[in-house]
Amino acid sequence: MAPVDHGHAIPLLQKIQDTYGYLPREVLLELSAETGIPAAHLFGLATFYAQFHLEEHGRHTVRVCRGTACHVRGRQIIQDAIDEELGIGPGETTEDRRYSLETVACVGTCFLAPVVMVDHDYFGKVDPNKVGEIMGGYE
Amino acid sequence: MVDSMVVTPTRIATPSDLAALQERLAAAAEGRRRVLVCSTGCLAIGAREVEAAFREEVVAAGLEDEVDVVQTGCHGLCAMAPVAVIEPNDIVYGRNRVKYIPDVISKTVMNGEVIKRFCYGRDAEMAHVQDIPFYAHQTKRVLRNVGRVDPQEIDDAIQRGVYSAAGKALTTMTPDEIVEEVKASALRGRGGGGFPAGLKWEICKQNPGTERYLICNADEGDPGAFMDRALLEGDPHSVLEGMIISAYAIEATKGFIYVRAEYPIAVRHIRKAIEEAHERGLLGDDILGSGYSLDIEVREGAGAFVCGEETAMIASLEGERGVARPKPPYPAVRGFYGEPTIINNVETFANVPLIVDEGGAAFAESGTEGSKGTKIFALAGQVQNTGLVEVPMGATIRDIVFGVGGGMPRNREFKAVQMGGPSGGCVPAAHLDLPIDYDSLKEVGAIMGSGGMIVMDNTTCIVDIARYFIAFCAEESCGVCAPCRLGTVQLEEILNRITDGRGTLEDLDKLESLGEVVKETSLCGLGQTAPNPVMSTLRHFRDEYLAHVVDKTCPAGVCKALLPVQEGKDS
Ligand SMILES: Cc1cc2nc3c(=O)[nH]c(=O)nc-3n(C[C@H](O)[C@H](O)[C@H](O)COP(=O)(O)O)c2cc1C
Ligand code: FES
Repeated sequence: MAPVDHGHAIPLLQKIQDTYGYLPREVLLELSAETGIPAAHLFGLATFYAQFHLEEHGRHTVRVCRGTACHVRGRQIIQDAIDEELGIGPGETTEDRRYSLETVACVGTCFLAPVVMVDHDYFGKVDPNKVGEIMGGYE
Repeated sequence: MVDSMVVTPTRIATPSDLAALQERLAAAAEGRRRVLVCSTGCLAIGAREVEAAFREEVVAAGLEDEVDVVQTGCHGLCAMAPVAVIEPNDIVYGRNRVKYIPDVISKTVMNGEVIKRFCYGRDAEMAHVQDIPFYAHQTKRVLRNVGRVDPQEIDDAIQRGVYSAAGKALTTMTPDEIVEEVKASALRGRGGGGFPAGLKWEICKQNPGTERYLICNADEGDPGAFMDRALLEGDPHSVLEGMIISAYAIEATKGFIYVRAEYPIAVRHIRKAIEEAHERGLLGDDILGSGYSLDIEVREGAGAFVCGEETAMIASLEGERGVARPKPPYPAVRGFYGEPTIINNVETFANVPLIVDEGGAAFAESGTEGSKGTKIFALAGQVQNTGLVEVPMGATIRDIVFGVGGGMPRNREFKAVQMGGPSGGCVPAAHLDLPIDYDSLKEVGAIMGSGGMIVMDNTTCIVDIARYFIAFCAEESCGVCAPCRLGTVQLEEILNRITDGRGTLEDLDKLESLGEVVKETSLCGLGQTAPNPVMSTLRHFRDEYLAHVVDKTCPAGVCKALLPVQEGKDS
């Protein structure tokens, strides 16, 4: 591969994360060798942007919205219910690697607050009783 | 969707080919029965199943030739999700359930009979768009196609007239003439800052560069905002058309759309739209025979709020960490890779075809002295009709919250509306009759912002909200400048003290003086505006702060440390 300009670094990292679910160290080093983008730069990006993970991640990502609309419509209760259902807190991954849990600052579905996203799916008007059903929907 | 026999995807060579195609498509669509199912925002609450049920039922009833089931963008009345609009009579049904779909098809779609339970307010008198107060108080201009077209079918867009303004601009106007029209329209940027778009373009054009770039800011980071999401998902071709015209006006060689990663549907729709526009010759080389060529690339954000700020966005597009750069130089002078670059918001671009179409002067007839045209708002929080709203500039907050929004649920008491997200402020009940424009809102310590409006009632604690926003900014600060990095954390600590019941009167003074410092000395807009939610609430809700600090009570009953200890309960 010819040297690649920095401008493509983020889309390349996104592609790697799509493939592996996270950014494996060896793959980043390989990318650096192939593109000529310094490894330090790639790791700098990976730590700056919230989207990237350097640790192995769950097969599915649960994002609980902590946006304003969800905040005023009781998102904490949902967060607690999900923490309990999965037995982990935000930033953690379940032991079976099925789910990683994150919070997010609004997913633009404020009209149906409180909102949870699993991977690319949105769930609106979530109440604690629905949490089990939603979490049962992904393998 | 229009019958695919009518056209095959061939290149549209000239504006008159486009007009002829539009005419053919419009004739074929005339009087069709269509079920327009929101397949964007409503997906969060079962729209996929509802849409599938409509399709199955149409087949089961043998009505494929008579009824089209169309996946559309948002109908606005999101509180009633999942929503469908039934043409030709424009009947609006919400709370759709799979098991009732056969009834809806046989009664309403085929016979125009209204079923009360799906209507607004469960009132059969409010079945049609024109009878529902939510719509009657709006002026849909920028949103005119959202909910009416299948966003993944370019023919739907063409049939509604999208790309005709691009044809006019690229083949009958010079770039400078377009800049003049946009200046005459007095269009101000819809992303929050409100800078006049035409003026910015003119500045850009005065700067020589080997390349010029156009960037569409679709990062929509303010919590509580979903206007840009709705436009990209529901009418991506109008956004593209606006970008094509704007790119031609500034003589740009390349365009980018920077979309946040939390918007997967928007990313999918805009990518599809770009692909279809290329196939038809509406993007790429020699657009509509004008000799002008443009490519637009989609870039997904990577989860950093500060990347919505224009210089941080440029850094991110260049493959750097998304940290702000000092201004000046402004991007219009030195932007992407040091070349003159225009960044505008999604909604700003979506206004541009209207200006080309009707002329800048006509556009400037609506709105207020300093703010022209319409504004889209995202209505959320404690209000009946949460949803997507477009009103003329100068409408009052009361018009929006009570007229369009239907007021408070369960007759609760209106307390404030938060506008402008983390850079904005809370507007109290005393200012409900304030006509909304960029300048009037500034006078009361809020900002227009990008359009998020979160309605709060007496169950929301204002101090908690101030703390919430400061915590948000502290977390999202890119860390490059000290006032923002450290100041927001200090403000957060003080607010934590107050909500924990350990606040003092001096803390209120400290909030004010520290807030001033952060505002005055931060490098970019994030820090410069981060204290706004604190300052505006101190100004309008000082009593509530005093209750926390002096009486050690939280009137809204939110701050746990300040709740009365209940008998017979632990802790
Ligand atoms: C912290 C911060 C975040 C911002 N986020 C956004 C955003 O999400 N979307 C947006 O259009 N503008 C955002 N802006 C404003 C942009 O910097 C810029 O002014 C805007 O994109 C210009 O477009 P407009 O003139 O069409 O509004 C943000 C500004 C700041 C300081
Ligand atoms: S605040 Fe939760 S989706 Fe916007």
